[in-house]
Amino acid sequence: MSEIHFREMASKSWLNFLTFLCGSAIGFVLCSQLFNILLGEQVDTQPNILHNDPHARHSDDDGQNHLEGQMNFNADASQHKDENTDIAESLYQKVKILCWVMTGPQNLEKKAKHVKATWAQHCNKVLFMSSEENKDFPTIGLKTREGRDQLYWKTIKAFQYVHDHYLEDADWFMKADDDTYVILDNLRWLLSKYSPEEPIYFGRRFKPYVKQGYMSGGAGYVLSKEALKRFVVAFKTEKCTHSSSIEDLALGRCMEIINVEAGDSRDTTGKETFHPFVPEHHLIKGYLPRTFWYWNYNYYPPVEGGRGFSSGLLLPPRTELLHWALPSFAVTSFSHRVWPWGRDLSSPLLPQHSRK
Amino acid sequence: MLREKWKMLSESSSFLKGVMLGSIFCALITILGHVRIGYGSRMYHHEHHHLQAPNKEDILKISEDERMELSKSFRVYCIILVKPKDVSLWAAVKETWTKHCDKAEFFSSENVKVFKSINMETNDMWLMMRKAYKYAFDNYRNQYNWFFLARPTTFAIIENLKYFLLKKDPSQPFYLGHTVKSGDLEYVSVEGGIVLSIESMKRLNHLLSIPEKCPEQGGMIWKISEDKQLAVCLKYAGVLAENAEDSEGKDVFNTKSVGLFIKEAMTNHPNLVVEGCCSDMAVTFNGLTPNQMHVMMYGVYRLRAFGHVFNDALVFLPPNVSDND
Repeated sequence: MSEIHFREMASKSWLNFLTFLCGSAIGFVLCSQLFNILLGEQVDTQPNILHNDPHARHSDDDGQNHLEGQMNFNADASQHKDENTDIAESLYQKVKILCWVMTGPQNLEKKAKHVKATWAQHCNKVLFMSSEENKDFPTIGLKTREGRDQLYWKTIKAFQYVHDHYLEDADWFMKADDDTYVILDNLRWLLSKYSPEEPIYFGRRFKPYVKQGYMSGGAGYVLSKEALKRFVVAFKTEKCTHSSSIEDLALGRCMEIINVEAGDSRDTTGKETFHPFVPEHHLIKGYLPRTFWYWNYNYYPPVEGGRGFSSGLLLPPRTELLHWALPSFAVTSFSHRVWPWGRDLSSPLLPQHSRK
Repeated sequence: MLREKWKMLSESSSFLKGVMLGSIFCALITILGHVRIGYGSRMYHHEHHHLQAPNKEDILKISEDERMELSKSFRVYCIILVKPKDVSLWAAVKETWTKHCDKAEFFSSENVKVFKSINMETNDMWLMMRKAYKYAFDNYRNQYNWFFLARPTTFAIIENLKYFLLKKDPSQPFYLGHTVKSGDLEYVSVEGGIVLSIESMKRLNHLLSIPEKCPEQGGMIWKISEDKQLAVCLKYAGVLAENAEDSEGKDVFNTKSVGLFIKEAMTNHPNLVVEGCCSDMAVTFNGLTPNQMHVMMYGVYRLRAFGHVFNDALVFLPPNVSDND
């Protein structure tokens, strides 16, 4: 009787021991996994945004988490110690650019704030255009609704507002989105060759639909003072109307009607300076598939050969507009701060001839 | 019935006891291991060795001819340790910054058809590192005076590296990069890139043949990372890790990418994003994707704001094979 009892006890304690071992193994594994997670680091990845529609806009995407609080990038405050900005400063005085940024109430914290903290500070004057007024930011209320179909309305009203209030404050009037990055110094270099009294506008030239071509909305575009005057008058005299909600195309059509020339914004080596996508899309060979609409839209042929990228689009040494979703700071950093020490700078490509 | 319940209870209680004991044991080991490793935040007052970048004023005191000589005297040999799974990063790195090394070679765990590499015939990172250093030393000790080791996730600006090393004598035992403290051991993190002078290479290679000092298999329970093993090895030769900083105290070798720096700066101190970010003369960033490497190359070497002229005291021209800038 006691033997059976003993065997029972033995088997029971043996079972207990087994479950104990099992438990400790599981506990050990779980714990080590937990520690691995706690001590692990995360790699940052950027979302890939490839637009299938040439007239699609980034504002429809739900991007990264927006950041709270006041932002001060001090992009201008401390200059690079070895930097000589005389040329840039004289151009700032000579070529006056008013920038207006297309934004909306939902994008003020997410996007417009970054624009304001970085490149917009280099405009001679900057205005943020939204459907509603915001006195704190500040934004100008255009009294439209929000949405992709309102873009042309916003554009018409924004240019009207600029014309009515700031016509004499600048020579050139640029429209940019709140996810675009502009290198104003390079834009001034381009525009310095032209007179603001000429009826002309610049951007990334697309060839379909309009005989002289039209400028891509996403890459931004800039009108001369004369072009702005004609645009505003055209709506008063109904030479141009809100013919469609496709902003860039409709504006391009109007420009042709009022005899404003679609300018060539390429640099002296023939490379484009306005870019509708983020740098990766333009820099990486084969990133944009051959069948992508983009290749058929470009007015000018892509430049082959030379440094690095032998086919497709090459980025020139001076790029003006980058449709970039990353925080603007990164580019400010590159173009104004991080610099390889001892980099031999060849003399800048000065404008060959002026049309003044 | 009661007996059944009691039986189940005792079983489950022993199971629970087991779980608890297992977790405690695991925690103990990890903590003990990490108390010496210390992933905590870095404080400013510690026994780190800090190395600073040269001052521009000092450079200008040297004559123009001497400066030319100086800029030519730096010969950097780059060792990039790769594995087959890194092939897209490998391609990007090959196409971009490594072209600015005086010589760059890729050391792979095994032969890969697409790219030429030196086969280390092992999957173990520490063994790869040892063999690579030995190979580099045996073959190139007379031709290069600085040796830079990196992983393909790292982006390096070699000109800034050369500037940083400007007034440093390679016949001294330098071992620098982004340092991390692990208990008593201070080591250079491989993710930020490891720089060794020729003297350090000499000492290291001498020790590699002594298994007691430089064992091929370190660590008993958890594998010790290769950068720590290197530090242990070098310590025996009297070579200590030093953290590279610019004149404002900012790290020049970074284990993070620019994007991550910005994100953190925007969360932690939104008023000083530029100040809180990175050094103007950064040498490395880590954690980049292949596409980001190309963007960095463009941003650092090609994109320029018209009218901003930088007067650098020295010129480091990249070698002829680099056509990406």
